[in-house]
Amino acid sequence: MHQFKPILRQDPPVTSELAKEHGLTAEEFERIHEILGRMPTYTELGIFSVMWSEHCSYKNSILMLKTLPREGGRLLVAAGEENAGLVDIGDGMAVAFKIESHNHPSAVEPYQGAATGVGGILRDIFSMGARPIAALNSLRFGTLEDPHTRYLFKRVVKGIGDYGNSFGVPTVAGEVYFEQCYARNPLVNAMAVGIVEHTGVAKAFAKGTGNSVMIVGSSTGRDGIHGATFASEEISEASEAKRPAVQVGDPFTEKLLLEATLEAIKTGCVVGVQDMGAAGITCSTSEMSAKGESGMIVDLAHVPLRESGMTAYEIMLSESQERMLFIVKKGHESDVNKIFDKWDLHAEVIGTVEHGRDLIVKVDGEVVANIPAETLVLGGGAPVYRRDAKEPEYLKETRSFDTASLKMPHDLTGELRRLLRHPSIASKRWVFEQYDSMVRTNSVVTSDGDAAIVRIKGSRKGLAVKTDCNGRYVYLNPRVGAQIAVAESARNVVCVGATPVAITNCLNFGNPYDPEVYWQFREAVIGIGEACRHFETPVTGGNVSFYNESPESAVYPTPVIGMLGILEDVEKAVSGRITNEGLEVLLLGPLSDDLGGSQYLTDRLGRPVGDCPLLDLNIERTVQQTVLEAIRAGFVAAAHDIADGGLAVALTEMLLSAPGLGISITLDLSPGMRMDGVLFGEAQSRILIAVAREHVEAIKALAKSKGTAVTKMGTVDATGEICVNGGVLRIRVEEARGIYEQAIPEMLKGEL
Amino acid sequence: MKRVRFGVIVFPGSNCDHDAHHVAGAILGQEARFIWHKEGSIGDVDVVIVPGGFSYGDYLRCGAIARFSPVMQDVVRFAKRGGLVIGICNGFQILTEAALLPGVLLRNASLRFSCKDVQLRVERTDLPWTNRCTTGEVLRVPIAHGEGNFFAEAETIKRIEGNGQVLFRYAEPDGRLTEASNPNGSINNIAGIVNEQGNVLGLMPHPERASDPALGNTDGRKIFDSLVAAVLSTHAGALVAPAERN
Repeated sequence: MHQFKPILRQDPPVTSELAKEHGLTAEEFERIHEILGRMPTYTELGIFSVMWSEHCSYKNSILMLKTLPREGGRLLVAAGEENAGLVDIGDGMAVAFKIESHNHPSAVEPYQGAATGVGGILRDIFSMGARPIAALNSLRFGTLEDPHTRYLFKRVVKGIGDYGNSFGVPTVAGEVYFEQCYARNPLVNAMAVGIVEHTGVAKAFAKGTGNSVMIVGSSTGRDGIHGATFASEEISEASEAKRPAVQVGDPFTEKLLLEATLEAIKTGCVVGVQDMGAAGITCSTSEMSAKGESGMIVDLAHVPLRESGMTAYEIMLSESQERMLFIVKKGHESDVNKIFDKWDLHAEVIGTVEHGRDLIVKVDGEVVANIPAETLVLGGGAPVYRRDAKEPEYLKETRSFDTASLKMPHDLTGELRRLLRHPSIASKRWVFEQYDSMVRTNSVVTSDGDAAIVRIKGSRKGLAVKTDCNGRYVYLNPRVGAQIAVAESARNVVCVGATPVAITNCLNFGNPYDPEVYWQFREAVIGIGEACRHFETPVTGGNVSFYNESPESAVYPTPVIGMLGILEDVEKAVSGRITNEGLEVLLLGPLSDDLGGSQYLTDRLGRPVGDCPLLDLNIERTVQQTVLEAIRAGFVAAAHDIADGGLAVALTEMLLSAPGLGISITLDLSPGMRMDGVLFGEAQSRILIAVAREHVEAIKALAKSKGTAVTKMGTVDATGEICVNGGVLRIRVEEARGIYEQAIPEMLKGEL
Repeated sequence: MKRVRFGVIVFPGSNCDHDAHHVAGAILGQEARFIWHKEGSIGDVDVVIVPGGFSYGDYLRCGAIARFSPVMQDVVRFAKRGGLVIGICNGFQILTEAALLPGVLLRNASLRFSCKDVQLRVERTDLPWTNRCTTGEVLRVPIAHGEGNFFAEAETIKRIEGNGQVLFRYAEPDGRLTEASNPNGSINNIAGIVNEQGNVLGLMPHPERASDPALGNTDGRKIFDSLVAAVLSTHAGALVAPAERN
């Protein structure tokens, strides 16, 4: 039925130079020779090069990742075992969720790079049998004054929107930061969340000698060849030429693939499923074979192709999107065919599960590769390295800064205006309205909350999800900065009323062969581990993206945390927006003037200096517990954590939704405290809550029992104005809203 | 008790099909079933919902391929006999492509996809879609589309306005029609129209997303409640199907 057949042709001779061009070191090439007991064929060289690339093998990160808490609590599978993490949410249901980077493709082809990033992470979820119910994304760009950044920003947002909207998954939350260091190497991290019955979970392994290996979904073309290798090197001038290594996405086909895959898994005749992402057929066949401790023979002559003259090498390395590998019970192939026919998709038997442990690839019966599957994969024969680490030089300078040397500003209101206008702080409406945030009618809280909430139909439960990481904090203090990323994501989930239960992470760093970068990575992973143990939120899996550097600068180390929380009763959810006058606004957590790492300090000095903001994990935990209990008791009308821009920005944001509201607050500073630090500092573990007057005493008692500090800020009034200490800062809420809402559209004005 | 039978068409790429089914079944307590696009017949239903989504990926042109699906022949027959057909978002685009409704839906004036709550002013209440509303009432209902900019030539606009075929317009919360309240550049702020007989409705906003109290907004439910009331009273003989009236 297919038009195109692969061709056998004279392959180029395999030499050490060719191996080097494939990104393999001399030692790695030598090791391949040892494993095979002969020179690899050209196709085998291609297979080893992608499987041993950083992207697939995690060779420079796995030793550190193993130090993370990766089991316990509600985890149903240990991290890295399946396509995504799996968390028990009770009633026989589980949540599959994961975050992944698509930085390099997005740097050279932002629309397709971002779109296929979304497509890839969705496949990871539904290949487990789970239906995706929410998508999130975490984005980093350069500054919007730069036309290239505006181009990347607009195309990435459109790519994410077009893919998710068409597929039919609500994009419910995310974050966008703009910092110079990401100018040529944007970060595009996509997260997806799905739900599945425990009994319906599909495994990513090949078992059962004689069972069929089927390729399902799209046909295979030349797009994305060597995408995994491309993702394992730095972005350079030459990267532009690698645009063909970027895959092209088709969300319509993905939607059909979703429905067909879930239908097929339900029949019970599918033994294993793995998505084809990086390294396509190569990765899925070798990983499923290794994990199932089975051999496998595939014949590429049966792979539906979309181009003529493709070689075995090209077919094995293609990263064409919207494909899956199925292991199907012998004799049940036609059941799968029937379902895929219904959805007008390919489903072709390309091989069988065999005795032994070898992955054998043929073209029309002729063997082109024969490799022990185990030797290719992470946890098996893939290389593992411990890299040199060295504390970065720059920390000496950033740490030597003394806040006392910073002059108090004349105009605190002007400083607030400037912060509200900063695109990292300003409203992201321009972004999130391009995403369908409501499809599937489960979105209870989206842009108005610190985290998003999707309800689980047929139950009272809801899931709270959020991604967080302030790369500047991690740059200034990798260990504590990474702890803050975990703490903040947990705090955001708490602020909508959910209990944090588990994380997925996407670790975006520079070149690991640079000892200073590796030190940042090591410290950050240690910090994540410490925080996750403290909050009892194990790591379910995720992704490491190294080589995020561009000619001008290295990116901030950016370990993005995707937090999952559970609400037992979704009706108890709260947002971060105040809708009524008369409510009391309370600060839970310490009043602090710490300016470390703040946007305010960075903007004043034109560069990040000092330490990251203060974090005490014990205080953090008790503040979160206090707020969670207060929300569950029904005392809280709105809750919002103090983050970028500090107390003043958080308070302003809470008042932006209902016209006419205002507040007059009194801050009682102890001697020596700085007013700019109190207003704009970003010390952690602080949450503003709005409560009806009759609940104030109960909250105070609850906080006291937990040892959490409570400070009364003021009462919501109808003045339409925010006023601090009688006027040291004074702004009309309407004006603040205008600045906050218009900042990004104004920076993009006149451009489509 | 007699229940209204809703049929929700499922095209490849439909993605609001489950949402419409959920409202008709779980929320309204009526009978709801999916109808696969390859079916030759819609079977025995009282109301056909052509749901939102990206049928056939919106390739070629929104709704342009879906209209050729086998099931659409029967939907057209059903509509021509006076059957109640509602097309939401992509469903509206499909109904215009199938010539059950006039006009076309162009790309939003902003050239961007837009998902947000908008306000709809109800222009008529003497139709099965809005009998539970009051004239001039303003409903808050979300939109989620990239191509919802309603356009037709001047003559057609004149005709549908003259016939009172415009059922919903984008408006301010107080009902005023302004440019700011128009999210996509539609002529005369048109958000939803009916055919001359009034039995076929197409609208860009998603009433099914504003029908479940758990999501905090039930303004859209008025459209479904109206529909249920209309169908049940038809069965009771109180309302003659518009097509038979002519």
